[in-house]
Amino acid sequence: MMILSGDPPRSRVLSILLVVIIAALAVTPLIFPGAKAMNVATKILIFAALVASYDLLLGYTGSVSFAHTMFYGIGSYSIAIALYSMGPSWAAVATGAVVGLPLAMLLALGIGLFSLRVEAIFFAMITLAVASAFLVLASQLSWLTGGEDGRSFQLPELLRPGTVLISKNVFGFELNGRVLTYYVIFIACAAMILALLRVVNSPFGRVLQAIRENRFRAEALGFRTVFHLTYANCLAALVAASAGMLNALWLRYAGPDTSLSFSIMLDILLMVVIGGMGTIYGAIIGATIFILAQNYLQALMGAASNAASEAGIPLLPGLLHPDRWLLWLGLLFIASVYFFPTGVVGRLRSAGRAAS
Amino acid sequence: MTDLAASAALPKPSRDMLPALLPAILALAMLPLIGSPSSWVTLTVASLAMGMMIFIMASGLTLVFGLMDVLNFGHGAFISVGAYAATLVLLPLAPYVRADSLWLNLAVLAPAAVLSMAVSGALGLVVERVLILPVYGQHLKQILMTTGGLIVAEQALYALWGPQIIPLPLPTSLRGSFIIGDIAIAKYRLLAMLVGLVVFASIQLVLNRTKIGLLIRAGVENREMVEALGYRIRRLFLGVFMVGSGLAGLGGVMWALYREQVHASMGNDLTVLVFIVVIIGGLGSIGGCFIGALLVAMVANYGGFLVPKLALVSNILLMVAILMWRPRGLYAVTSR
Repeated sequence: MMILSGDPPRSRVLSILLVVIIAALAVTPLIFPGAKAMNVATKILIFAALVASYDLLLGYTGSVSFAHTMFYGIGSYSIAIALYSMGPSWAAVATGAVVGLPLAMLLALGIGLFSLRVEAIFFAMITLAVASAFLVLASQLSWLTGGEDGRSFQLPELLRPGTVLISKNVFGFELNGRVLTYYVIFIACAAMILALLRVVNSPFGRVLQAIRENRFRAEALGFRTVFHLTYANCLAALVAASAGMLNALWLRYAGPDTSLSFSIMLDILLMVVIGGMGTIYGAIIGATIFILAQNYLQALMGAASNAASEAGIPLLPGLLHPDRWLLWLGLLFIASVYFFPTGVVGRLRSAGRAAS
Repeated sequence: MTDLAASAALPKPSRDMLPALLPAILALAMLPLIGSPSSWVTLTVASLAMGMMIFIMASGLTLVFGLMDVLNFGHGAFISVGAYAATLVLLPLAPYVRADSLWLNLAVLAPAAVLSMAVSGALGLVVERVLILPVYGQHLKQILMTTGGLIVAEQALYALWGPQIIPLPLPTSLRGSFIIGDIAIAKYRLLAMLVGLVVFASIQLVLNRTKIGLLIRAGVENREMVEALGYRIRRLFLGVFMVGSGLAGLGGVMWALYREQVHASMGNDLTVLVFIVVIIGGLGSIGGCFIGALLVAMVANYGGFLVPKLALVSNILLMVAILMWRPRGLYAVTSR
């Protein structure tokens, strides 16, 4: 209870789901050591933390930011550039963190002070503009960022796949640098999500919710809303940048497509809304559903598309083409905003309340 | 006691002219920096043409926000849909597009523009009824719903037309430029400026000289009062939304012809530019939107010529500068 900050899932089905997901993620390297399964599991972990930090903004303060991938990208790029230019050492990782995190926070502070004074809509538009400028900047400053190609780099010795820490014949599975990296990411992401849970259940988090419900009233009660919103924005940016660093460490690469593009922003939005806004747990559920769908549903759609084109049905093959999976997810997104705005988590919770 | 002269004319509302002069001031200030007058004229014409096109796309967005407090994040979808709709006319009738006769070219362009406006407007009707009607007054949900709409529209375009870039050549008689002395003015840019001015003038005429325009302006200022007077403002809003979407479609066609290609991502790219324009101009203000569009285009063109590296972030810098000066945009219309 302490570790969940007094905010348990409050639904039996949800608890079971969460336990299953976390347990599955915890044992993935032992049971499915294949590259694809590991990549999917890592992506779920990183996005769960990233989406949870976005939930702090969207779900708890009610402000829509389109600049979240920018912070994610700052984290990714700072690690990538540091390791690329300083060589694979722990000093480089530390440098990346020491440069990247404050940079992300300062930027969030600037955007927040500039645009959070006014309405949610204004914040949304300003973040969209700033994020797109940053994307262009990152792909143009190729001497620093590698342009469209991004930056590939070497990891420190300890985290490389070739480094065998415990060989296969001791426990029956191999503990190499890759697995170690996975568990570093696992622990870091779990810690970030728990920390966010702590933040939203603190008095500070209550003020954020008050601002979400009625900003004018919160201000009348004497809370400095701009300060609270900007603080939340900075916190979210810090977590996002950390998630970006973990992502770069796993991929050994940072580029515009993997860490900055607008489509990642849309993915994050979809995950938050599908999982459930304002719950933090929704981030884990949303990220899991979305990334599993992204990786395995596409194969299914490809099969359906081929079947449809063989059956000679017009239009359907195009609509079911694996690259068009976002079309269906977009429809799901609209439907979920409209019909169940509280997402999967909200649904499960209210179902649990109705049953008991 | 002085007698109040009731017959004296009301004091004229003071006109805030400074923002309106800003584009001219900027253009003149750039003249010595650029040096050669011929490149200055070319750049200025280019910025005016680009500004007019952006204005056509952005005008609907700012009106819709001003009137109904709805910010449509899916506005870019109308831009791309309009461009794709135009290809339905322009590609099958390619021989007429290639013909070297201004009238033949225009005879193809006009129905293409009309079709794209009609398609975008019809889509606007659907979007307003399906996506926006259920979430009036809820900003957060509006942003989410319209963003969802943008995703679906973009993907649907990919599904229907395929992901490749469609080349859309400019009609033959609109290629090339008029040469006056050592000044070259591209013909298409003149056309774009002309269309933009016509759109601006007609919007201003409708807003200031007709009853519908009166109702729209009244609705922007105080929606509830207009409703209390018995006007169905929802219907009015639907009309404005459709016209705004149609204009976005027209802007999409013009932009596609300007770049001579059509792609589903263009709406997404232009959304950012359109947003910056709308913010700079002041949400809800047509005049501000016009000036904002010109300023953005000028900064992009002059900036690209003088300091190419700066062009990447010039729009953001412009927005920051304007908002430092006037935090609600050049002409703040709404009290919201």
